[in-house]
Amino acid sequence: MSLEKKFHRDTLVVKLSGEFDMVAAEEFRRLVDPELDRRQVRNLVVNLGGVSFIDSSGLGVILGRYKKLSQSGGKIWLAAPRPPVRKILELSGFPKIIKFFESEKQALEAVREA
Amino acid sequence: MRNNTIKLEFRSLAENVALARLVVASLASQMNFTLSDIEELKVVVSEAVSNSIIHGYDGQPSGMILLEAASEGDVLELRVTDSGKGIADIQKAMEPAYSTDPERMGLGFVFMQSFMDELRVESQPGEGTCVILSKKPDSKDNLHNTSSN
Repeated sequence: MSLEKKFHRDTLVVKLSGEFDMVAAEEFRRLVDPELDRRQVRNLVVNLGGVSFIDSSGLGVILGRYKKLSQSGGKIWLAAPRPPVRKILELSGFPKIIKFFESEKQALEAVREA
Repeated sequence: MRNNTIKLEFRSLAENVALARLVVASLASQMNFTLSDIEELKVVVSEAVSNSIIHGYDGQPSGMILLEAASEGDVLELRVTDSGKGIADIQKAMEPAYSTDPERMGLGFVFMQSFMDELRVESQPGEGTCVILSKKPDSKDNLHNTSSN
């Protein structure tokens, strides 16, 4: 799994590639949590375009960041999930709480308009 | 296809979950499973092995996990066995959204039930857990056809 992060004003964008399992969930938490705690991050965009696999460890870490951001009035947005990953997200009921976008660009536009 | 059996024993390390997925995907690809089935099987084995690491051994890397994958005719059977702390209430552990960890969704057994034809859990507190799963290619579709007729 590889993770890249960048900032757009108060939005943290994390781009993931590889398999989003227990190992990657821990890396994601280690990368993202200090940023959420330190900076005034209100939005987290997770670009899943390079993710080929996700299980409940990956889902759990996204849900954990959703809860964390909700407490401070922030939001999480998911971009570019591939079909197998999207299927797992949908089966888990994610679309009820988190918005999905076809691309990172579209997600960032939605963040700006929110 | 000839019947095949693979046994793999590994330490309860998060890094080994990917190895378990690879082994099962490799065996399933020798059978008549679709790519979509194989994706689901990878989720199933990931959940079963992650459960052993996180819950069976409380994240301690010193435990051992045995993965057995066998094809017999067109049936794929998987067994994931640990010698961890076991499950006191199996029914409760299998309930959707039941989790002992707030960062987890309690979906592991839900995926196993949704994606496999059969799921059996054998466990005793203090004696470990064995999760037995089986699936036939397209059997879910066959089941739907039978029940609608």
